[in-house]
Amino acid sequence: MKTRSKLTLEHKKSIKGLLFISPFILGFVIFYLRSLIMTIQFSLSETIMTPGEAGHELKWVGLENFRFAFTEHGSFNQQLTSSLLDMSVDVLLIIFFSLFMAILLNQKFRGRTLARAIFFLPVILNSEAIFVATTMARAMMMGGMSPVSADVVQAAGTSGPNMMYYIYMFNELGLPIDLIDYVVEAVMRINVIITASGVQMIIFIAALQSISPALYEVAKIEGATPYETFWKVTFPMVSPLIITNVVYTVVDSFIKSPVVRLSYDTIFQQHNFSLGSVFSLVSMLAVCLLLFVSCALISKRTYYHN
Amino acid sequence: MERLSFKDRVKAKYADKHFTNERQRVLRQGKSLLMALFRTALILGLSYVILGPLIGIVANSFFSNADKYSPIVYLIPQNPTLERYELAIIRMDYWNVMRNMLFYVVGLTVIQLMVCSMVGYGFARHNFPLKKILFACVVIMIVIPSHTVMLPLYTTFMDFNPFGLVGLFNGGESVNLLGGGSNAIAGGTLPVIIMSLLGTGLRAGLYIYIFNQFFRGLPKEIEEAASIDGAGSLYTYFFIMMPNAMPSIITVTIFSIVWQYNDTFFSNLFLISPDILISKQITSLQANIQNLDQVFDPAISSLYLYAGIVLVIIPIILLYILLQKQFIEGVERSGIVG
Repeated sequence: MKTRSKLTLEHKKSIKGLLFISPFILGFVIFYLRSLIMTIQFSLSETIMTPGEAGHELKWVGLENFRFAFTEHGSFNQQLTSSLLDMSVDVLLIIFFSLFMAILLNQKFRGRTLARAIFFLPVILNSEAIFVATTMARAMMMGGMSPVSADVVQAAGTSGPNMMYYIYMFNELGLPIDLIDYVVEAVMRINVIITASGVQMIIFIAALQSISPALYEVAKIEGATPYETFWKVTFPMVSPLIITNVVYTVVDSFIKSPVVRLSYDTIFQQHNFSLGSVFSLVSMLAVCLLLFVSCALISKRTYYHN
Repeated sequence: MERLSFKDRVKAKYADKHFTNERQRVLRQGKSLLMALFRTALILGLSYVILGPLIGIVANSFFSNADKYSPIVYLIPQNPTLERYELAIIRMDYWNVMRNMLFYVVGLTVIQLMVCSMVGYGFARHNFPLKKILFACVVIMIVIPSHTVMLPLYTTFMDFNPFGLVGLFNGGESVNLLGGGSNAIAGGTLPVIIMSLLGTGLRAGLYIYIFNQFFRGLPKEIEEAASIDGAGSLYTYFFIMMPNAMPSIITVTIFSIVWQYNDTFFSNLFLISPDILISKQITSLQANIQNLDQVFDPAISSLYLYAGIVLVIIPIILLYILLQKQFIEGVERSGIVG
């Protein structure tokens, strides 16, 4: 005779759900939670390398490593602030650029599929190994002279437009020099920005396509100009995805930032486990803070349809 | 004063109107023409910024020595040669490494697809205690990249012994799963495989999120019908939910293959063998050719590097060309947007 199980359907379902996500729980506990705790442990103690089985011993020193990182280490403070500043500048540019391009690529024109494919290409080809290899090749060719300065020398020749002329002109017009700097910087780094905004563009295009055409019809019948339609219909409807994109952009540029590089080098080249862990931990907290602040600022202005 | 006839008055009244209509039409046409021009110029220019380096690399990879130094050759070589490719293939051990690489990348992608879709389905369609906290863990995994916990990951896999389980079979000893040495197990790929199996692989948080959003958007009736017809949970997931999740599957497949293929972080951290990773071959290619083949001119040896780069990106470009239509059109339905 079959024994009746005492579990209700609800219970059974919740057990099945837990079974479905069990690999993730296991992985999260082993690889993330444990690692985070270990990182904190490393950062609060001094690592003494010992020959033999364990390889290293930990000696509790409290906040000494943090003090060293902030007050004595040569480049950590500077790397951290410059990474964070770069991130905040890039995020703005990337979000604006990708939204703009998404709107452009969402219009109907011939060769639209090709254009979208091209704009996503940098994500496909974004290989650090190739980047390193080509940088080395160029450095070898220039005999150590930075390839960027070579480009500048070329651009300052008689052919192309004279950038300095325009910069001086806008300065004479009374535009604040910081603004000009920002714009010039953005234009000079257009390559970096395009390369970093492939995924964001795709997400925005998807968002634009999910807006119901009925909204645009209503706006048209009510006599809204394209400008008004953008601010009253398009922008509010894609605004929930701005947060998604900000998070993605910040995390993506954090991975490539010099401060992560610094902690990698400290750990695996200088074998200073404690100091490297401090760098990881502090930069992680700083990025989380940046994310939290920007999300709080944006979510006030976000419109949620449902 | 002469009175106008009715007909003339109507004409006078509407002539003006007709004129404004005409003007508006011309204005509107002019505007849209300008817009199209602006759009075309912008897209062409930006496409050139993206494609420019690629075109240069492809063109250079066919240059012979004479072409490289000829002042009249620009992009189109006079004496094209395949010699760069031949030597690059030999020095990178291209066919063997590429075969290993494809096995590795495709295998990991299949694992990621299975595990992440399963976890996403579990989150989307089941209620269990602590669900919100557990989902917060997924978000934490997206926000905190594994780069911040690299040292513990490294030590974990160097002395791999989770809960003392490995020790049971190995006489209390832990196992070193990292690559690097001559007696490395499976070329050091095991750490990545284990992490992927446990849903914490490269950017797995993002994939779980995508699948979760997608499954939540599917109508509940499908599952109810299946359950009434007597399908079990696993059957429902595998044969009913998965075939419906095609847009998500394509999105995650492309992302996973591309990111795994271009990944240097895990491969450096876990010291994965260069016999498996084409990316490690390309970094050392130019130096190898300079030293082994005595090509000391950096201008010439970089041509071999360009040929190598073309060889490395060809598989991924082919895959993208094959899947790009489904990918770009499918992203909107894939669950990224929610």
